[in-house]
Amino acid sequence: MRHIISILIENEAGALSRVAGLFSARGYNIESLTVAVTEDASLSRMTIVTSGSENIIEQINKQLNKLVDVVKVADITEGAHIERELMMVKVDAKEAASRDELQRLADIFKGRIIDVSDNIFTVELTGEGEKLDSFLKALNDVLIIETVRSGATGIARGKKALQI
Amino acid sequence: MKLSGGEIVIQSLKDEGVEYVFGYPGGAVLHIYDAIYNQSDVEHILVRHEQGATHAADGYARSTGKPGVVLVTSGPGATNAITGIATAHLDSIPLVVITGQVTSAFIGSDAFQEVDSVGISRPCVKHNFLVKRAEDIAETMKKAFHIATTGRPGPVVVDIPKDITDPSIKIDYEYPKEVSIRSYNPTVQGNQRQIKKAVELILAAKRPMIYSGGGVVLSNASEELTAFTQQLGFPITQTLMGLGAYPASGKESLGMLGMHGTYEANMAMHDCDTLIAIGARFDDRVTGELEQFCPHAKIIHIDIDPSSIAKNVQVDVPIVGDVKHVLVDMSKELKLSKTKPDAKALEKWWKQINTWASGNCLRYDRNSALIKPQFVVEELHKVTNGDAFITSDVGQHQMFTAQFYPFEKPRRWINSGGLGTMGFGLPAALGVQLAHKDAVVACVTGEASIQMCIQELSTALQYNLPVKIIMLNNRYMGMVRQWQEFFYESRYSQSYLKALPDFVKLAESYGHVGMQIDKPADVNGALTEAFAMKDKLVFMDFVTDQTENVYPMIAAGKGHHEMHLQAECIPVQSSDRELA
Ligand SMILES: Cc1ncc(C[n+]2csc(CCOP(=O)(O)OP(=O)(O)O)c2C)c(N)n1
Ligand SMILES: [Mg+2]
Repeated sequence: MRHIISILIENEAGALSRVAGLFSARGYNIESLTVAVTEDASLSRMTIVTSGSENIIEQINKQLNKLVDVVKVADITEGAHIERELMMVKVDAKEAASRDELQRLADIFKGRIIDVSDNIFTVELTGEGEKLDSFLKALNDVLIIETVRSGATGIARGKKALQI
Repeated sequence: MKLSGGEIVIQSLKDEGVEYVFGYPGGAVLHIYDAIYNQSDVEHILVRHEQGATHAADGYARSTGKPGVVLVTSGPGATNAITGIATAHLDSIPLVVITGQVTSAFIGSDAFQEVDSVGISRPCVKHNFLVKRAEDIAETMKKAFHIATTGRPGPVVVDIPKDITDPSIKIDYEYPKEVSIRSYNPTVQGNQRQIKKAVELILAAKRPMIYSGGGVVLSNASEELTAFTQQLGFPITQTLMGLGAYPASGKESLGMLGMHGTYEANMAMHDCDTLIAIGARFDDRVTGELEQFCPHAKIIHIDIDPSSIAKNVQVDVPIVGDVKHVLVDMSKELKLSKTKPDAKALEKWWKQINTWASGNCLRYDRNSALIKPQFVVEELHKVTNGDAFITSDVGQHQMFTAQFYPFEKPRRWINSGGLGTMGFGLPAALGVQLAHKDAVVACVTGEASIQMCIQELSTALQYNLPVKIIMLNNRYMGMVRQWQEFFYESRYSQSYLKALPDFVKLAESYGHVGMQIDKPADVNGALTEAFAMKDKLVFMDFVTDQTENVYPMIAAGKGHHEMHLQAECIPVQSSDRELA
């Protein structure tokens, strides 16, 4: 099963490598990993998307908690939550037809064209991973030059929060 | 007080109450060594290899419960220390290892003797630090000791760049009295509801079994474990790491379990209906094939590390907490309970266990014309009145010692169980002897293992550490040979040791006493003579039977009830099970 693990971790050099090292040393899989500082500059928030049996997810939780730099861990897939990923897609749109098609698709998927240079269009899109996948599939007639995805981040709905 | 960074390192050790630093100098730590020169509170023990420093500090820590301290230089100093750090890590031994680092401005430039010590050590430490400013040294040291010694103990590396130890820059020093780390709060007290549940299970047991491990030693809970076990009258088996926490002579003791454990302990594991695991981590050398592990049992697991619980084996009642606290609470709860253990069921269970035990699975040929390794260990036990600190290396000799030297007290049996590090025994013995100046300390080793840290014989001479080396010389990497005999049709690939040195001369050239013993009749006399030399290191080379194997044995991938026993030792069977 796919799980989204949120981690509050001391914002210190090497903290990321402790987490990444833990996953590789114990053979846990990482689908994606994002990290950025929080509103409290001493803490970073990391989101890891992983998958595994119940036992493995339980061990991942425990092993993360065991890292001295880790302040809190939550598996946000345990409850109601919102998941988002950011994607930017660069496409070649020399032909008028493909420009129109691109605009149309961007509208349908609630994306935005955020850059146009030399007939190269860049579309920004956020959503759950599946939505981003569908957008890419839909684009199949248009020439994709490059895509970049942030990996998923997520947050629990309602009062539940990962705080110290 | 104004001190330089180098002085702060040493002053922090003093303030932490450290007696000994085991170390080896080099460029990156010269400022710190200069600070050592000017004081006498912390004694520096100069080893001959950084691996020796870590094992010696580790032996000190295992035998005292206090953290061991190591100081090594950057680059090769740090990498040489890694084996010892990993050894301590797998057995949860508190160490603080200070590694020098190249000057801050050079970090990342492939400077002379630069390695990423924090990166290299990360997977085998409890935690590590790279200190960036002299102002942070004292607090980091405090944190390092705090982390190393609390919760589930373990090694902590503190990497210190040379520039911040500069003797010409003095800063204010004050050692923090306390330290709190918001992300680090080990659980000490067990959950009361879980404890109640466990007690209910315990009191309903018909075929109970206590399985205790190194956690009991680490938590100094030997007394509590003994009280708990005797209160219930339940059989108890101990892991390699736990030996001595419950006295081997106690009538509830079934000896060690696992790959080379006793027949009765392993059979009782297999047949029990309630297993109480205390400070043990279900290591694969203990469980054998997981599919067949304790197939009939409800399992209670007490451990301070939540990640130990349900890692290998699913349990019914997990209790996270310090073993000592949890045992006290459980004993209280047991006393309060109106239900008592089922005496009738217990009697029947003991009868079964006694039948298993009656075969004496640890028998060996006492009439052999060759010296049997087991015999040497038994005689060692006699000559030391069972009251020595015994370190060991890794191999058959280690298992023979675990089987044939009954330990009555915790912290007396010092061996590398988790990592299985050959070379551990001699330096560890030096650390033990330093911590216990008047105690009898012996290192049981093999002719292969001893050569991995043999250079520490020189350290032993320098500090007058009169340990006794009991080398069971079978001219083979015996444990390797045994596996090759069993599983590779006796193809002894690279396990025969040609070109062995003359160990007697070798000992003598290091300034010690050497002895070679090759007749069973001389064993006791030689041991008596050696242990009478109270101020001498005596290196005893026992020429033993080359082909002796360690029995009983559970092959990898087999269940507890599928032991190999020596043909002559197969006990009278009373259960329906077959022997492999
Ligand atoms: C550093 C290291 N290398 C290799 C091994 C694998 N190993 C385990 S036991 C053993 C043989 C030990 O031989 P010896 O010290 O003579 O002990 P014996 O088994 O003969 O009693 C070896 C090579 C190990 N445990 N540690
Ligand atoms: Mg040998």
